[in-house]
Amino acid sequence: MISYIVRRIAYAIPILIGVNIITFILFFVVNSPDDMARLQLGERRVTQEAIDKWKAERGYDRPLIWNAPADGVKKFSETIFFTNSIRLFMFDFGQSDSGRDIGYDISQRMWPSLAIAVPVLVIGLLLTITLALTVAFFRGTYLDTWAVVLCVAMMSISGLFYIIGGQYLVGKLLHLVPISGFDSGIASVKFILLPVAIGVVGGLGSGIRWYRTIFLEEINKDYVRTARAKGLSESAVLYVHVLRNALIPILTGVVVILPSLFMGSLITEAFFGIPGLGSYTIDAIQRQDFAIVRSMVFLGSFLYIIGLLLTDLSYTVVDPRVRLQ
Amino acid sequence: MRFTLFATDALFFSLILVAVAYVFYASRREHLRAPWRRVARNSLAMAAATVLATFLVIAILDSIHFFPRLAAVDGDEGEIQYASEVISLFDLMVGPVRRQVEKTYSAPFAIYAFSKETIELEDGQTVRDYPRLVYGGAHLADIHERNSDIAKRIVIGVSGALVVWLGLASIVFFWISHKASITFRVGFVRALSGGAPGPARTLMVTTAIIAVVIGLCAVLAPYYHIFGTDKVGTDVLYQALKSIRTGLIIGTLTTLVMLPFAVLLGISAGYFRGWIDDVIQYLYTTLSSIPGVLLIASAALLLDVYMTKHADEFTSLVARADLRLLALCVILGITSWTSLCRLLRGETMKLREVDFVEAARAFGVRHTTIILRHMVPNIMHIVMISIVLDFSGLVLAEAVLSYINIGVDPSMESWGNMINSARLELAREPIVWWSLLAALVFMFILVLAANLFADAVRDAFDPRLRVIS
Amino acid sequence: MRINHFVKIIMIGITCTSLCSCGDVAWNNPYPRSDDNKSIFYSSFSERPKHLDPVSSYSENEATFNAQIYEPVVQYHFLKRPYELIPLTATAVPEPEYRDANGALLTRDANVGAIKSVVYRIEVQPGILYQPHPAFARSESGDLRYHGLSIQEIDQYHTLADFSESGTRELTAHDYVYQIKRLAHPRIHSPVAGFMGRYIVGLNELQGDLKEAAKTGDGFIDLREFEVPGVKVIDRYHYEIHLSEKYPQFVYWLAMPFFAPMPWEADQFYAQAGMKDRNITLDWYPVGTGPYMLTENNPNRRMVLQRNPNFRGETYPSVGMPEDEAAGWLDSAGKTMPFIDAAHYSLEKEAIPGWTKFLQGFYDSSGIVSDSFDQAIKFSSEGEAELTQEMRDRNIRLATAVQASTSYMGFNMTDEVVGGDSERARLLRRAISIAVDYEELISIFANGRGIPAQGPIPPGIFGQIDGAPGINSYVYDWIGGRTQRKPIDEAKALLSQAGYPNGRDANTGEPLSLYFEAIASGPGSKSILNWYRKQFEKLGIQLVIRTTDYNRFQEKIRTGTAQIFGWGWNADYPDPENFLFLLYGPNAKVVSQGENASNYQNDEFDALFVRMRAMPNGPERQAVIDQMVEIARHDAPWLWGYHPKAYSLYPQWYGNAKPNLMARNTLKYKTIDPQLRATMRARWNQPIIWPVIVLFTILFISAIPAYRSYRRRQQETLK
Repeated sequence: MISYIVRRIAYAIPILIGVNIITFILFFVVNSPDDMARLQLGERRVTQEAIDKWKAERGYDRPLIWNAPADGVKKFSETIFFTNSIRLFMFDFGQSDSGRDIGYDISQRMWPSLAIAVPVLVIGLLLTITLALTVAFFRGTYLDTWAVVLCVAMMSISGLFYIIGGQYLVGKLLHLVPISGFDSGIASVKFILLPVAIGVVGGLGSGIRWYRTIFLEEINKDYVRTARAKGLSESAVLYVHVLRNALIPILTGVVVILPSLFMGSLITEAFFGIPGLGSYTIDAIQRQDFAIVRSMVFLGSFLYIIGLLLTDLSYTVVDPRVRLQ
Repeated sequence: MRFTLFATDALFFSLILVAVAYVFYASRREHLRAPWRRVARNSLAMAAATVLATFLVIAILDSIHFFPRLAAVDGDEGEIQYASEVISLFDLMVGPVRRQVEKTYSAPFAIYAFSKETIELEDGQTVRDYPRLVYGGAHLADIHERNSDIAKRIVIGVSGALVVWLGLASIVFFWISHKASITFRVGFVRALSGGAPGPARTLMVTTAIIAVVIGLCAVLAPYYHIFGTDKVGTDVLYQALKSIRTGLIIGTLTTLVMLPFAVLLGISAGYFRGWIDDVIQYLYTTLSSIPGVLLIASAALLLDVYMTKHADEFTSLVARADLRLLALCVILGITSWTSLCRLLRGETMKLREVDFVEAARAFGVRHTTIILRHMVPNIMHIVMISIVLDFSGLVLAEAVLSYINIGVDPSMESWGNMINSARLELAREPIVWWSLLAALVFMFILVLAANLFADAVRDAFDPRLRVIS
Repeated sequence: MRINHFVKIIMIGITCTSLCSCGDVAWNNPYPRSDDNKSIFYSSFSERPKHLDPVSSYSENEATFNAQIYEPVVQYHFLKRPYELIPLTATAVPEPEYRDANGALLTRDANVGAIKSVVYRIEVQPGILYQPHPAFARSESGDLRYHGLSIQEIDQYHTLADFSESGTRELTAHDYVYQIKRLAHPRIHSPVAGFMGRYIVGLNELQGDLKEAAKTGDGFIDLREFEVPGVKVIDRYHYEIHLSEKYPQFVYWLAMPFFAPMPWEADQFYAQAGMKDRNITLDWYPVGTGPYMLTENNPNRRMVLQRNPNFRGETYPSVGMPEDEAAGWLDSAGKTMPFIDAAHYSLEKEAIPGWTKFLQGFYDSSGIVSDSFDQAIKFSSEGEAELTQEMRDRNIRLATAVQASTSYMGFNMTDEVVGGDSERARLLRRAISIAVDYEELISIFANGRGIPAQGPIPPGIFGQIDGAPGINSYVYDWIGGRTQRKPIDEAKALLSQAGYPNGRDANTGEPLSLYFEAIASGPGSKSILNWYRKQFEKLGIQLVIRTTDYNRFQEKIRTGTAQIFGWGWNADYPDPENFLFLLYGPNAKVVSQGENASNYQNDEFDALFVRMRAMPNGPERQAVIDQMVEIARHDAPWLWGYHPKAYSLYPQWYGNAKPNLMARNTLKYKTIDPQLRATMRARWNQPIIWPVIVLFTILFISAIPAYRSYRRRQQETLK
C-alpha cells in the first residue's frame, strides 16, 4: 500500500515538470519579460532602464532556458526557467510580478473559495441523490420521462444565465441578499447564499440525470431482484440496497474533484466579487501576472494528481477486490 | 463574385463529407444500421434531429463565403474589382435584415428608437423625443396601423408557410407511398394518426413548426426588428442566426481537429502497451492536469502575436476572426481530447484480448492491419458517442470563454458575445432584454436538440445502457 | 392527513420568516449592522493600487489613497476655478528666483537663454506630526523600537497592524529633501526620475552614485549621506530646489506625491531584510502627515482609511466661486477638517454590481456606467443633463465637469499610407477627420458625456478657446451659433483629391483598407469597433480592426507598426504644455519612447513648443499656442476626438461634493450623514419575499401528487 502511494507520487513528479515546461513555454512565447515589466510598471513615462531594473529584481534578466555563456551546470541553472521552477516544487511560490507573497495570498484566498465550493458540493450531492432516487423510483412512468427531459432542458441552459438571472432577480429586484462582495466569518453567510444556490441549481440537471443512470444500472442487478423477490418494499430496496451500492461510484466520482475545490469557480467568483482563488486566477490572466498563473497552474495540476491518487485509494477502500498494482 | 474558402469552412465541409461517407458506409452494414434504426424510431430524437438539420442548413449557407463584385467606377470597364469585405450566401439571402442598421437600441417590433434624442423640428425648434426608426416599421404610413399590419403579416406568413409545407410534404408522401405500394391517402392518414412506422407524425409536426417559423421570419424580418436591435443598431435576429455557424463549428470542429490524435494515440497506447503506453499516458495526464482556462488564455494571446507579426495576411476582419475561431477549436480540442484518448485506450486494451485479435496476432498479421481492420471499426461507436455528447458542452463553453475575453473574436457573431454584451444591458432602465433572450433561446434550442439527439445515439450504440431502458 | 399537518408547519414557518423580515433591516446590506451609524465613507476600487510609494505612484486609483495620506507642500484650492495652487504644508506657494550665469538675480520675463539657475525656496510649517507608525516607535531607552529586527523576528508579522507599538515625530524640511533623493533610488522605479533629472541639478549624478552604493549589499541606503547640489536643506523648516533651466510648470509638480515628505525612519524600517517578503513595504503601507492613514490593505477585499489622530486640523476654505454658496459647498467654511472618520473601499470588479449597490445606498458616490446612464440622467429639452425622476425620488444629486483630458484617434505619422507630410496623406487624414462623427460616438457610447475636441487642449486649460474663434475649421463650420461637422460630401471630395475616389485607389482601382488597432476589452468593445467600421464605410474605406491585448498594443505603438489607434491623455497639471508635448517631435514614441504616440514631427511646431513651454500665461503665450494648434489642425495627426465629461452622482447624505479634477486629496472636505443614510438604506431595500413563498408553495404543491403516486406505487409493489 505504502509503496504504491510512493510510486504514484514519484510518478507525479515528471507530470508536474511537464506541466511546468508547457506553461513556461506558452507564457514566454507570448510575452517577453520586457512586456511583463511594462505592464507592471504602468504606461506613463517608462524608460528602458526602469524595465531592466525591474527584470533584474525579479530574476527575469537571465536567459529563458539555456544560459550559453555560463559554465557547467550553471548553463541550465542560471535561467529563468530553472530558478522559478525549483522553488515551485518546494511550494515556495515566491512573489507575484506585482510584488506580493503568492503563498500568503493563496492561503488567504482559498477559504472564500471553499466557503462556496464545499456547500455547493454537499448540498448539491444530497439534493441530487434524493431527487435522482425519486426519479429512479418512478422509472418507466411519465414522471420519469418528463423528469429526464426537464434535466436535459436544465443542462441546456447556459450557466451564465443562472448566474446573471439569479443575481438580477434575487439581488437586484428582491433585495434578499447583497449583490456581491464578501466578509469574513459568520458574516459571510449572506454573501454565499446566492452563489451556493445558483451553483446547486446549475448542477442539478446533469447531476440528476447522471445519478439516475447509476441507480438504474444498480436496480437491474441480480441482488436487487433477489431482494425484491424476498418481498422487500420498493423503497426499502431503493434506500437500503441500491443507494448503498450506488454510493460507491458516486463517492469515488466525488473524491476526484475534492482537491480541486480549492481552486474555486472562475465565473461565479468573478460575478459575485468573491475573493477566492478562481477570481485570483482570472485576475492574474488578465493582468498577465506570470508568477501567479504559474503557481496556480502548478497548484491545480498538483491537486488534480492528488485527486487521481485519492480516487485510486478510495476504490481499494470501498472495494477490496481491487488490487493495487 | 469571387468565392473564398476559410479554414473553418474547409474543415466544416470536409466534416460534412466525412459524415456523408459514413452514412454511405453504415447503410451497407447491418450492425451499424441497426442502432441507427433504433435512433430513427425515437420520436424525440427525430424531432431534435430535424431541428439540428435546420441549424445545419443555416450554418452551411453561412459557410459559403465570397467577395461580392463592386460596381465599376465611372463606367470604366477596366479590371473587375471585388469588395474587400467577405459575405456569405446566408448574408445574401437575408439581404435587407443585414443592411437595415438603426442607430442604436430598439425593442422588438418597435417603430421608435429606444432612447430619446434631440430632434430638430421643421420650424427649427428642437425637442427631445423618441425618433422614428430608419427601417423598423418604416413602411407604415400611420403608426397606429402597426398591430394590424403585424397581424396581417403573421397570417400571410403562417398560411404561406403551411401551403409550402403541405406541398413539400405531399411530394415526400407520394414518393414514400409509391415505394410502399400503398395509396397516398392511406399513407397520409396513417402518418397523421400515428399509425405509420417510426415517428412520422412527430417529423411532420416538427417540420410544420419550422416552416411556420421560417415563414414568419420571412414576412416580418424585412419590415420589423423581430428581436430588436443592439447597441449599434444591428438586428438581433440576424446576429442570433449568424451565431449558429459559430456554435456549430465550435461544437463539431473541436472534436474533429483532435480526433486523429486521440484515436491514434489512444489505440497505440492500448494496443502496444509497454513504453508507448507510458509515454502516451504521461502526455495526456500532463495535458489534462493543466487547468484548461489557462491553456486557452495563453493560446489566445499566442494567436494575437502571430496575427500581429503576419498582419498583411489578414486583410479582412472575417479572415482574422475565422482564424481565431479555428484556433479556439484547436485549443479546446487539446483540452478535451484526453478523456476520449483514455476511453479509447481502455477499450483497445479490452479488444486486444479478444479471440479474433489474438488469432490475427498469432497468424502474424501486421500491426497496422490489425489496428485498421479490427480495432478502428470496433471503437468507432465510442468516438461517435463522445462527439455527440461533447457537442452541447462545447457550445456552452464558448459563452463562458467569451466572458473572460478568450473566446471567439469580439467582432464575430456568437451567442457568447451576445450574452456578454447583454450582461451590461440588464442594468439599463428600461431594461434591454431582447439580446440576452434571443441568444439564450437560440442556444437553448440548439443545445437541447443536441442533448436529446445525443442521448438517443448513446442509448442506441451503448449496449450496456440498452439493458436499462 | 399527514400531508395537511406538514402543510401547516410549512405555512407557519413561512409566516414567521416573513414577519421577521418586515423590520427596518436591509437583508442585503453588505456591511456589519454595527457600522450603520458610524461616520464611514463607502466606496469601491476595481483593481488594487500597484504602488502606494509616492515615488512610483502615478495612477488615478493610487492617488485615491495616496493623496489622503501624503502631503506635498502645495495643493489645489478645493473650490476656486480656474485651478489655483495654495499652500498645504508650506507657508506659501514657492516663487522661483531666476539667476544668470554669474548668479545675478533676473526678472521673471528675462530671456530664457540667459537664465542659468532657478531656485525654489520652500518653508515648511512647524508642528506638523506624522501619523502613528511603528517606524517611529521608540523603546524606553529612546532607540527606535522596530529597527534592526532579525529575519526571524520579522517572520511573525504579516501586516503592519501586527506591530503593537507606534510613535510619531515632527515633519521637517529634511523629509522633503529625502523624498526628492528617492526619485533617483536605484531600487525603486520612479516614472518621473528621468524627466526630473533634466531639470533638478545633480539628480542624474545622484542616480549614478546610488547605483554604485546599491551594488554593495541590498540593505538600506541612507540617502541622508548623499549630497545633491540641486536639493538643499537650509534649516529644520526650509529647503531649496535648484533647476538648471526655466520651467514654470515645475510648481505644479510640487503638488504631486513625488514631492511628498518621506521620513528616513520609514525608509529604513521597510528596508529591513525580510520585510519585503511579507509585503510590508511602502507600496503597501504608506506613512504620511495627511488627514487619513491606511490601516487595512487587503487587496482581495477592502482597503480602509482611518482618521489620522495626529493630524494638525486644516480648516475648510471660506472662499469659493459664486455658485458654491447656493450649492451648500461653503456651509462647512472655517470648520476643522477632516469630517469623516473612516473610508472603506471594497473590491468591486464588475461595474454593474457596483452601480446597483450605489442605488441601494451602499456606496456613497458613483460615476455612471454608460449602460445605466438612461436610468440616472435624462436631457431636458434644452439638452441640459438632469437627473431622472427615479434619481430625484432618491434625492440623488449630480455633479458634472469637463475633464482635463482628451480621448483621440491617432494616425501613426511614420506609416506609408496615412502618415507623413505628403499632401495626399494629409488630405486622407482630413477626410477621415470629417467622416468619423464624434458627436455620434459621444451620444451612443458616452451618453453625451463629452464635448467634441477642436484641438489637443481641453476646456479649462489655458490656451483653449471657446466659440467660433476656437473651432477646428478643417472639420467644423460655425453655423447658427454652434459648431457643425462638415458634410460627408466634403470628406468625399477631399478623399478623391487625395487620389481615392469612393475609397478606391484612382490608379489601381483597389479598395482602400486601413488598419485600426484596438485593445479587446470585453463585451462592450464589439459595438464600438463596429461603429468605427461604419464611420469609415461612409467614405468607402474598409477599416480592418486588429484587436489585441494591452501588451501587444503598447508594443505596436512603441515600434510604430500601428496605423490608426485610439489613445488618450489625462492632464498631470492644468497647463497647455502638458497637452501640446504630446505632439512635440523629440517626444515621439519611436524616437525617444516619449508620449508622442503618433510620432508627429513638425519643425515649426517644435520650435514654437520650446518657446511656449517657458512662457507665463498671457496673450503672448496664447498667440504662440494658437499658431501651434493651427499647425496641428492643418496636419491632422489626430482625429481630435473628444474631451470626456465627468458625471458623478452622490446621495443626499454626502456633502461638499464639488468635483475637483486636479485635486485628489478631497476626502477631507467631504461630509456624511450616517443616520440619514441608515434610514434611506432601510427604505430602499425592503426585501421582497413573496416570490420565494410562491416558488416554494408551487414546489410543495407539485410534490403532493408525486407523494400520492409514491404511496400508490409502494403499495403496488407490496402486493
